[in-house]
Amino acid sequence: MNFRDIGTVFWRDWLVLKRRLTKFILSRTVAPLLYLTAFGWGLGRNVQLSSGTYLDFIVPGIMALNSMNMGFHGMIPIHAERVYHKSLEEYLLSPVSPSAFLIGKISGAVLKALISSLIIILTAEIFGANILLSGSMFVVLILNSIIFAEIGFFAAMKLSTYEEMAQVNTYVLLPMSFMCGTFFSTGALPEVVRFFVNCLPLTHTSQLLRSLCTGGIFMRDSFLILILYAAIGFYLGLKALKNFQED
Amino acid sequence: MIEVFNLTKKFKTVGKDKKISFKTAVDDISFSIERNEIFGLLGPNGAGKTTIIRMLTGQIKPTSGKIFYDGKIFDGNDPEIKKLPGVVPQHINFDRELNAAENLELHARLYGMEKSDYQNRIKELLDYMELSDYANYNVAKLSGGMKRRLLIARALVHRPKILFMDEPTVALDPQVRRKIWDLIKDLSKNGVTIVITTHYIEEAEKLCRRTAIIDKGKFIANDSPKNLCERLGNFTVECEGTEGKSYKFFRDRETAAKFVPEFSGNVKIRPTNLEDVFIELTGRRNGL
Ligand SMILES: Nc1ncnc2c1ncn2[C@@H]1O[C@H](COP(=O)(O)OP(=O)(O)OP(=O)(O)O)[C@@H](O)[C@H]1O
Ligand SMILES: [Mg+2]
Repeated sequence: MNFRDIGTVFWRDWLVLKRRLTKFILSRTVAPLLYLTAFGWGLGRNVQLSSGTYLDFIVPGIMALNSMNMGFHGMIPIHAERVYHKSLEEYLLSPVSPSAFLIGKISGAVLKALISSLIIILTAEIFGANILLSGSMFVVLILNSIIFAEIGFFAAMKLSTYEEMAQVNTYVLLPMSFMCGTFFSTGALPEVVRFFVNCLPLTHTSQLLRSLCTGGIFMRDSFLILILYAAIGFYLGLKALKNFQED
Repeated sequence: MIEVFNLTKKFKTVGKDKKISFKTAVDDISFSIERNEIFGLLGPNGAGKTTIIRMLTGQIKPTSGKIFYDGKIFDGNDPEIKKLPGVVPQHINFDRELNAAENLELHARLYGMEKSDYQNRIKELLDYMELSDYANYNVAKLSGGMKRRLLIARALVHRPKILFMDEPTVALDPQVRRKIWDLIKDLSKNGVTIVITTHYIEEAEKLCRRTAIIDKGKFIANDSPKNLCERLGNFTVECEGTEGKSYKFFRDRETAAKFVPEFSGNVKIRPTNLEDVFIELTGRRNGL
């Protein structure tokens, strides 16, 4: 593995992002603004919680689902680069190793996730949420976006049409963004569903973030589960990239 | 420079009934490419030319067979070997998000070049390909021929030791094509090995020290254009009859001339060219 090669792959993504930074920031502000308005400000005023306000409850959830979306969506262009533009060939041809390529691409997605997380934090502050910022919180956000970037990468390498990519969004990401302890506690779910939901990475991210944002404990087990997901995701992504060479 | 032993590629294809079958694109070929030579790959559509290039450059893995670069086995991963080739692909595969110059810069960086080195190099290449005015154009907005010129420029950025060109002159106007020919000869003089596929037989005849003729994934000939013609017969009798043209080949003009009076109709004696060899070996054209 080679840091310089990782840097090159990242440089390309940064070059593209830089050009649209304003547009990117504006577009990333819309969703959290709506969530915060609808659920935090609108609905939240009528919701009673044992501790804190509903707004404080959902901000970590929104950060979790946002970093999921940003991780995944950061990898979607790779699908077109592989299937339509064939520009992925440049990387396969070059001396850059598959792992350097994958890490470079993940870094690009993580950067987007971090920028949009900052936007959410700022917006939430404006709405008057009480959130405790910490280094661990950012580590969890990064980890979550890595996991979903890997899932996005895997999908981009394996699926044959763009419609299928969109279906992953509809059938996997969208349900998760509502079910995984983001807008309500998983404790409210029926036991069978809860068991299943508790296996999903986003659930652990939401709970971890919520605990951190409210000054609670660092949930080590959840953190280890996220690490495990990230490791498996990396392995699968790398394998998909290498299989692509086998044709 | 490159030695290839028993190279085979079978593509997995999934049919309509979801049945998996294998398509043999390259079928057990062995050959070598000498340092500094211009080696031509000729063959009809689907013969396996592109597949060979993709295997030699590590873009796809062979089903079986071995590839050696300078005596060192190549498994498709070794970064030191991967630095040697430059590839002009058959299809346009630029990064659509980047402009012309940025595409070259990405290439330079992927090959580990220093900024001080690649900045000038990119400028030179854009100049040479007459693309300087388009450096900041989005690649999607370049004309077809400009894109092809940019593909060639990109392949040259890292100063490859061996250049694979998969139909590099498709869609280029005659002047530019000639310029590319000069470039190829120049590169060859400067020690670059060149492997070129083309459907313009004239191109292979003009440039190549050796040409391999491929059909259905197999080499059916591999020799200098001159020897290939000689083997077929240096002179061709071309006869235009009611059922189209038919041909017969002769060792020399005299024997050919003796043969001609037997025919009525439009008969012509001319030197055999590579196209005759190509069609004779791969096609099913009428014999006399
Ligand atoms: N990825 C692939 N999957 C399945 N079959 C493939 C694949 N790539 C090529 N083939 C098949 O392999 C054979 C050789 O293809 P290849 O592209 O190497 O031909 P070619 O000689 O370059 O042809 P052309 O002159 O048209 O460029 C063809 O029959 C093609 O259909
Ligand atoms: Mg081809």
